[in-house]
Amino acid sequence: MGELEVRGLRKRYGDREVVAGVDLTLQPGVCFGLLGPNGAGKTTTLRLCLGLTDPDGGEITMLGHRIPQDARTARARIGVVPQMDNLDPDFSVRENLVVYGRYFGYAKAEIERRLPSLLEFAGLNARADAKIQTLSGGMKRRLTLARALVNDPDLIFLDEPTTGLDPQARHLIWERLRQLLGQGKTILLTTHFMDEAERLCHELAIMDRGRIIAHGAPRTLIERNIEPQVVEVYGDGAESWADARGMQLSERCEKTGETVFCYTADAQPIVQDLDRQPALRYLHRPANLEDVFLKLTGRELRD
Amino acid sequence: MAANLYRIPQLSGRLLHVWRRNGLVWRKLAIPSMLGNLADPMLYMLGLGYGLGALMPEMRGLSYVAFLAAGTVCSSTMMTASFEAMYSGFSRMHVQKTWEAILNAPVTLDDVVLGEAVWAASKALLSGMAVLFVAAALGLVHSPLALSLLPIVFLTGLAFAGMGLIMTSLSPSYDFFMYYFTLVITPMMLVCGVFFPRDQLPDWLQAYGAALPLTHAVALARPLMNGAIPDGMPGHLLVLVAYAIVGCYLAVVFARRRLLK
Repeated sequence: MGELEVRGLRKRYGDREVVAGVDLTLQPGVCFGLLGPNGAGKTTTLRLCLGLTDPDGGEITMLGHRIPQDARTARARIGVVPQMDNLDPDFSVRENLVVYGRYFGYAKAEIERRLPSLLEFAGLNARADAKIQTLSGGMKRRLTLARALVNDPDLIFLDEPTTGLDPQARHLIWERLRQLLGQGKTILLTTHFMDEAERLCHELAIMDRGRIIAHGAPRTLIERNIEPQVVEVYGDGAESWADARGMQLSERCEKTGETVFCYTADAQPIVQDLDRQPALRYLHRPANLEDVFLKLTGRELRD
Repeated sequence: MAANLYRIPQLSGRLLHVWRRNGLVWRKLAIPSMLGNLADPMLYMLGLGYGLGALMPEMRGLSYVAFLAAGTVCSSTMMTASFEAMYSGFSRMHVQKTWEAILNAPVTLDDVVLGEAVWAASKALLSGMAVLFVAAALGLVHSPLALSLLPIVFLTGLAFAGMGLIMTSLSPSYDFFMYYFTLVITPMMLVCGVFFPRDQLPDWLQAYGAALPLTHAVALARPLMNGAIPDGMPGHLLVLVAYAIVGCYLAVVFARRRLLK
């Protein structure tokens, strides 16, 4: 039995089926990444799992509790880092943790006992009495993460945990999440940063238009879904080069604006050909998760 | 889904978590907040009471300022509950997303909305008490029966908190609260017997006023502050209880519709 089992989950808003038959299983101790373009149904899936909205179909079992019937009880063992910061601006850093712990029914003494380790985890020891408005984006995220740990949860939900953060702040969050995995916590995170997914997640599901369209370990997804080598070609004339040469030399060739992407098992012939084209610049690299993501979900904008 | 939307709210001690959160914030600014709540009703009560009152020797056997004091206790309760449920409530629900954060903990939306209602009623009780205290200090309270007004003030606060939270759950922005004040609160100030006896009004306005909760709060407060048991007390209480129950119930329903979709 996994920490979270989702079967045939459906949710519809008007005519639009936002979640259209989703199955998920999270084994204990795993970091599971839910990837998808904007509007794919990731956040709605999380809300359904937390029992914050009722599904139109399907079953959810979380930590042995049926959702939404026993959602409130299940949430006692869950930590949540929401997409938008909702720290309490009327309170200091310390008070945010104490007041949040109260919602779980903890006595003040109990929370006070945990406070030092939570502040330490958030790296906010020195800012314990600071107002929320004075914290940087990264500090707020860390505090939100520490707040999600106030009940020592078994399963942690993170909805786009590093969106809007600078690289330093993102790396620090990643390090903290690895620390939590090391403690045996189970994590479900949504993201549209492929490097984040590739670094952190043991298992991934790519979601689009309410459905899971691919699922597996990051490396497996890449091996299974895409040619191993990519050559990106830039510059004036890239497009005509693609029509004349790229199409023949690669297994798959995609043109987007000024850039041509050639996908292939063997990039040598392409690279040799490009070396004879002084007007073109190119980048030869192994295929990554982003290539898989774009192949499966397409390149058009989703807003 | 529809059945879930309208199910009876569950009353749980967890609403105290929400009440307490608001209480902790209030405590930081308790004194200025109390003074702010007190200033407006005091100005009306003392200004009109002594100013206008000098021209009117007596109103229904009371000095005008004593007559006005009972109305002010109730109107101040109404104002505090309404402001708290709407402006402060909307900040917490919509702007700060405090409710959303709480809902990720083992607390339900029923707990949050009812906690907000009880909180607004508590704050309204403080306001009403403050006015009552000032009135007593000025010698305008003539009986210890006035103490029995406290639960009535709380109930009145709960009725207006429920109505205010309905607005909060329905409003797209703060702007809509202005309509509520203009169309609901101000008329209540004028037709519910706060400033003058309701029987001075034309019949149709009296009938309208009789349907409004503030009328019943005033009808209880005025005699109690002056040592008399109000006529038709159970009826007045019943109206206030009905407003409180229906108001809080609808507030929960509309909040569910807005936030748990």
